[in-house]
Amino acid sequence: MQNVVIRFCGDSGDGMQLTGNMFSSLSAILGNEISTLPDFPAEIRAPQGTLGGVSGFQVNLGQGVYTPGDKADVVVAMNAAALKVCTLGSHFNHPQAHFDEEFALYHRHAIVIVDTDTFTQTDLEKAQYHTDNPFTELGVPESVQIVPIALTTHTKESLKDSGLDNKSILKSRNMFALGVVCWLFDRPIDKAIHFLEEKFAKKPQLIPHNVKVLTDGFNYGQNLALSVNRIRLEQTQDSNMPAGHYTSIAGNKATAWGLIAAAHKCGKKLFLGSYPITPATDIMHELAARKDMGVMVVQAEDEIAGVCTAIGAAFAGDLACTSTSGPGLSLKSEGIGLAVMAELPLVVIDVQRGGPSTGLPTKTEQTDLLQALYGRNGECPLVVMAASTSANCFHYAYQACKIALENMTPVILLTDTYLANGTGLWRIPTLAELPEIHPQTVPTELQGHYNPALRDANGIRYWGIPGMEGFEHRNIGLERDAAKGTISTNPENHETMVKARQAKVDQVVRFIPDLQIQGNADSDTALVGWGSTEGHLHAAANELNCALVHFNYINPLPANTADVLKRFKRIIVCELNSGQFATYLRSKLPDIRFEQYNEVMGQPFAVERIVEHVKSL
Amino acid sequence: MEATQFKSDQYVRFCPGCGDHAILAALTKAMAQIGIPTHQIAVISGIGCSSRMPHYLSAYGFNTIHGRGGAVATGVKTSHPELTVWQMSGDGDCMAIGGNHFIHEIRRNVDLNVCVFNNRIYGLTKGQYSPTSPKGFVSKSSPFGTVERPFIPGELVLGARGTFFARTLDVDMPTAVDCMIKAHQHKGASIIECLVNCVIFNNGTHNWIADRETRADHSIVLHHGEKMIFGTNKDKGLAMEGFNLIVVPADDPRVLVHDAHCQDDILHHKLVQMGPENGLPVALGVIRDVEEETYDEAVNRQIAEVRAASKAKTFDELTATLEQWERK
Repeated sequence: MQNVVIRFCGDSGDGMQLTGNMFSSLSAILGNEISTLPDFPAEIRAPQGTLGGVSGFQVNLGQGVYTPGDKADVVVAMNAAALKVCTLGSHFNHPQAHFDEEFALYHRHAIVIVDTDTFTQTDLEKAQYHTDNPFTELGVPESVQIVPIALTTHTKESLKDSGLDNKSILKSRNMFALGVVCWLFDRPIDKAIHFLEEKFAKKPQLIPHNVKVLTDGFNYGQNLALSVNRIRLEQTQDSNMPAGHYTSIAGNKATAWGLIAAAHKCGKKLFLGSYPITPATDIMHELAARKDMGVMVVQAEDEIAGVCTAIGAAFAGDLACTSTSGPGLSLKSEGIGLAVMAELPLVVIDVQRGGPSTGLPTKTEQTDLLQALYGRNGECPLVVMAASTSANCFHYAYQACKIALENMTPVILLTDTYLANGTGLWRIPTLAELPEIHPQTVPTELQGHYNPALRDANGIRYWGIPGMEGFEHRNIGLERDAAKGTISTNPENHETMVKARQAKVDQVVRFIPDLQIQGNADSDTALVGWGSTEGHLHAAANELNCALVHFNYINPLPANTADVLKRFKRIIVCELNSGQFATYLRSKLPDIRFEQYNEVMGQPFAVERIVEHVKSL
Repeated sequence: MEATQFKSDQYVRFCPGCGDHAILAALTKAMAQIGIPTHQIAVISGIGCSSRMPHYLSAYGFNTIHGRGGAVATGVKTSHPELTVWQMSGDGDCMAIGGNHFIHEIRRNVDLNVCVFNNRIYGLTKGQYSPTSPKGFVSKSSPFGTVERPFIPGELVLGARGTFFARTLDVDMPTAVDCMIKAHQHKGASIIECLVNCVIFNNGTHNWIADRETRADHSIVLHHGEKMIFGTNKDKGLAMEGFNLIVVPADDPRVLVHDAHCQDDILHHKLVQMGPENGLPVALGVIRDVEEETYDEAVNRQIAEVRAASKAKTFDELTATLEQWERK
């Protein structure tokens, strides 16, 4: 088979994220392309067995994988509530809802593995069933292949001699399910065991029990010859994938590692000033754990201090970063304006979530674009860019650092919940193969003649760093004299400086690769997107046999933007917001007509919906 | 070194007669005595009259945004502990808009020397009450008098578990210079409340102690290890009675000896609270000066320890720890 989408779902205490992540990573190291979508409830821990507590994890594996898949081919439902949520999708709260292909999270021909031990009267009541036959009540079509397994009973049996208490035994159900799935997908059990041992390396006492249950689950599939066909996925043959070592990586971790790589490449210390905020916090977690790489993390007292401590570190000569999400970006606005005015390198990572205000903290959206571009007082240009896969968060974080350090400008890198929590297949680079980074440190010849307004031929000011003798200067958030670097309120000087700051950002275009047309370049229709929607739009463009023009660099835009877009009669800008990029493109390219397709539901696109929409035009 | 070496070529724009001139003079004098070269000094400020200070000093300077000097300074010092970092702030900058950063730089004990210019007024925005203006204070934004209770900065510093607090007065140069030097010597967040006169909007706010005639009777300059004696004729002392400080004759055996190094801060609280409201002299000089590990030391120590113990130190060694497969 080309690729298969599998969805693990259960109670938030059932360990679905762990199970899903383990299966995905295992598949990645076996040579499958992967794309994952964790889908957890907003509550930390909703009451057990309830609909609100259902946690899901979807992974698409195989080759030609661009998205986590619209709908699952295989479902593992750990309880009655999970079965309901998967079957009814966003309609799970409607009392009379039945399976409907539009909303169901799995296909009409899916395999659904369920734990039959979790269909007691109490379980059904908690999940708000009205009858004792959930399948009939939900209208699960006959074409769906239901695989009932008494997961709980088997897990108890497996661990009966373990000496573990009942609660701990029940917690291992997910390993039995994982064992069954490993059998179903023909994953070698020894690799799975090895992986599990690595995963639990810090809690070795848990390894034997989990290995036992995992193996028993695998053997259960093997021996009882479940009446389903095993699914065989070949290693990816995608010729676009260069040789090298691959692993699976989540977007936030890839982002953090991109920053580390950039710091090591240019010999700067990596400094992160940050404040916990969903869904960006994992970047801080990862960097706080990377003291072995010399990373310095200050968990600041608030978002403002997050950016301001980073600005202090930038002033003092470090590669300085701050990570946040939408509400935090709002709070950081004034600080970012200071970094623009002081012309210091600064990398701001905004992991977008549903807004405005607190909005939908755990859901994905692309609604911070205009805030990133324009959300500051004064004429305040900076570089805005966006990652488009979980794995390329690494590359764009690295590029953000390079651009910031070489151009003495703040850079906002946009990712989002979908990229941050999702995982993808990442080719591991060596530090040597990454592009050189040359920070704009002031040349020693300027000793004694330096001021903070001095620029090079590209209009980039020089970075005089405290500790360097003969480069003492005063940096400011006030306007400075274009020649002397001291405070100035002169009208002509202000305009000169406004233009100088803009020109400095504009010339960053020389760092930006030309746009490439994906899909059918000869089509007269192009989908246009930016950031995390690339996979969905790529798949949709393939299905529609049209072109895709996808942006990772937003300010400045790639140099060939107008030339590329002018080739198409019809351009549909697809975004997870109400049309922010379309608005931006119209302002930059007033002669080109842009249509829009927008969704603002806190969810990634579904390829099917884009295709249907475009066909209906 | 000479004080003039620490002055920049910028014209000083404080109003004629402003107390800030005196602080600038004291600071350059202190810096000359401390002897750290200008390129190893960073002076960070927020916004306000006080925050103009970096422009007048020949060190590295950064005049940032309102209230955020403390956060920026924390970033500078933590990332580069080898630098000597001064922060210039005012009563509004660090106790109103920057209150959060102020208490947290103190709580973390970042090794900063912080001058808080307290003139009990917003000068740069032309005369609104500040968090230290006395209740009932009439200003442009409180034409009928404020209804707010003011902060006592020393209480706030101690409440945030401060390790160093000193109070100085613009017209008392020797005490100011002495406190700045001691602030520099102290490892950790050293807060110096500089009582300054705003000649335009709040003239005479500190007259009760600034007045030459009465200063000796209305204030006491504390020195660690010395008896708490004050008065024109050095005839008065401070003693404890119950939980309160009282004024007694200087030869009373109960006269206290100042212990700035005492970890227990109860008496330091009592000292910072002294003033005309309770019939006691305003305490000047170093009131509290205790040692604890600083934040910047601790952060850098932890990184060094983890790094020393770790097998993976480079990016390539880090990626080698990943589960991976090879595509040939």
